[in-house]
Amino acid sequence: MGSLTTECSMYCAVSAWPNRGHKERRMLAYTVRRILAAIPTALGVATVVFLLLHAIPGDPVDVMLGETAARADRAELRAHLGLDRPILVQYVGFMTGLARGDMGESIHSRRPVVELVTERFPATLALAAAAALAAICIALPLGLLSAARPGSMLDRGSLTASLLGTALPNFWLGPLLILFFAVHLGWLPVSGNDGPRHLILPAITLGLSLAGILTRMTRSTVLEALHEDYIRTARAKGVSETKTVAKHALANAVTPILSVLGLQLGSLLAGSVITETIFAWPGLGRLTVQAISTRDYPVVQGCVLMIAGSYVLVNLATDLAYAWANPRVRYGEDE
Amino acid sequence: MNSTTQVQALMGSRWQGSLIAGFVCLALLVVAALFAPQLSPHDPLEQNLIADLAEPSAAHLLGTDKLGRDQLSRLIYGARVSLYVGITTVTISLLIGVLLGALAGFSGGAIDYWIMRLVDILLAFPGILLAVAMSAVMGPSLTNVIVALSLLGWTGYARLVRAEVLGIRRREHVEAATALGVPSVRIVLRHILPLLGAPLAVQATFGMAGAIVAEASLSFLGLGVQPPTPSWGAMINEGRHFLLVAPHMTLYPGLAILLTVLGLNFLGDGLRDRLDVRAR
Repeated sequence: MGSLTTECSMYCAVSAWPNRGHKERRMLAYTVRRILAAIPTALGVATVVFLLLHAIPGDPVDVMLGETAARADRAELRAHLGLDRPILVQYVGFMTGLARGDMGESIHSRRPVVELVTERFPATLALAAAAALAAICIALPLGLLSAARPGSMLDRGSLTASLLGTALPNFWLGPLLILFFAVHLGWLPVSGNDGPRHLILPAITLGLSLAGILTRMTRSTVLEALHEDYIRTARAKGVSETKTVAKHALANAVTPILSVLGLQLGSLLAGSVITETIFAWPGLGRLTVQAISTRDYPVVQGCVLMIAGSYVLVNLATDLAYAWANPRVRYGEDE
Repeated sequence: MNSTTQVQALMGSRWQGSLIAGFVCLALLVVAALFAPQLSPHDPLEQNLIADLAEPSAAHLLGTDKLGRDQLSRLIYGARVSLYVGITTVTISLLIGVLLGALAGFSGGAIDYWIMRLVDILLAFPGILLAVAMSAVMGPSLTNVIVALSLLGWTGYARLVRAEVLGIRRREHVEAATALGVPSVRIVLRHILPLLGAPLAVQATFGMAGAIVAEASLSFLGLGVQPPTPSWGAMINEGRHFLLVAPHMTLYPGLAILLTVLGLNFLGDGLRDRLDVRAR
């Protein structure tokens, strides 16, 4: 018996080997194709950011200095921003600068923009990650409970809560959370960045909308999975309902949920502009708003580029992870 | 009845409720915007520094702001800004999106490729990020907010129209019209676009909610409507500096936005369930 098992496992390993190689080749081909497809998008994003300052209607120098500024000052700023050169020359300069990691210099602090942006990026990333975690912690239990009892009061309550979550504007939710949890109850700090406690309110503010989306997603995918044959088999074998929902149905629903989560991470990065302003969180979003108020447009450009660039990368990573977990994507691409 | 059927039954009976709730919220917004002068108890710009930051009372039902201006009146006038931005942005975005989407779907080839690459690039900017940057560069104003939101908002409509056109152009009546030598523009206008009314109406409803929140977000950041014109987003921004002494300044404009967005989402959900066969 023992030798039969060994023989069988050896046979299986040998017969699986070509498949494994085939799978890896497919995945590699898919990865290369996705990366190649992301390159024009990234270049397009950089071009739009360039056009933002250089080709949009209205003169940024007028906005920065005011229309009544002295001619000499306007000319100096125009030269500093490179706006006095032909647009094509400016574009080539901008793109080659980017390739070298040069995003220009801040008008306000005279520091390299890339330095300012990379300094602030970890704080924004931490906030986005905390918001995603908060969203998962809220959405998974709610979605699972909802799917386990469709049409019940709990289900309706959860759907209403998710609807509210997606409709609540974060620039309103943030002040309300501060008022209740920081001012009235005194449980959490109002603002700043001095330890994990400071992260809780901004993370909930930023993540609640995502929690609403994920709750609905979890509910619908688990509900769908609960009608599959393997779940019926598990039930017939006497597996408890809790285990059926939490283990078997959720396991199948995790991939689409993670995919949605990945695609929504970009919204969290963009949402940081408002959330960081409310909670004085020292990230990219706050830097963007500060740069706008001081009319430091090279910094605004750098922040937008960094956030959009991260979004392109997150989307790419999500696609690759999804393809890795779901062979149909790889094969579908090939056919 | 299994769970899915139960849920489908619930959804089927729910669209009417969603539509009614949505219509009521939208009607309230429209009435407030159209009849703002008649409904407002005070001039929204009239200052009364003696009564600044006053709590809600009989004289001022929703209290006053830091300059003693009546919050209810400002809230009612703020509906005008929201409705104006919502309708204009959706209209401009729809026009651009339908035009480019139909062009991409019907022409195919290089035109389709480049229009869709432009859509991909614009969609690579998450949320209102690009609108924030555009409004900042163009200077804060209501017109610039509408321009920024419209220039970014068409992408969703273009994708929808392209996908629908690709499907519809293979239908017999379109193929027959093509075989008869009917010009492409006429085929698109007479035989394809009329079939897109339902999905576009649903998307426009959600788009309007998005535009209203985006305008409020930009005004909150000081990049939208400029003082003293009342805007819900700007009112929340003013109010958050007086959160401890006058929470009503923040509470009511936020509630107005929430109700409007919820109403439009209900309306969109109801319309989708009612009109879009695939969602039922």
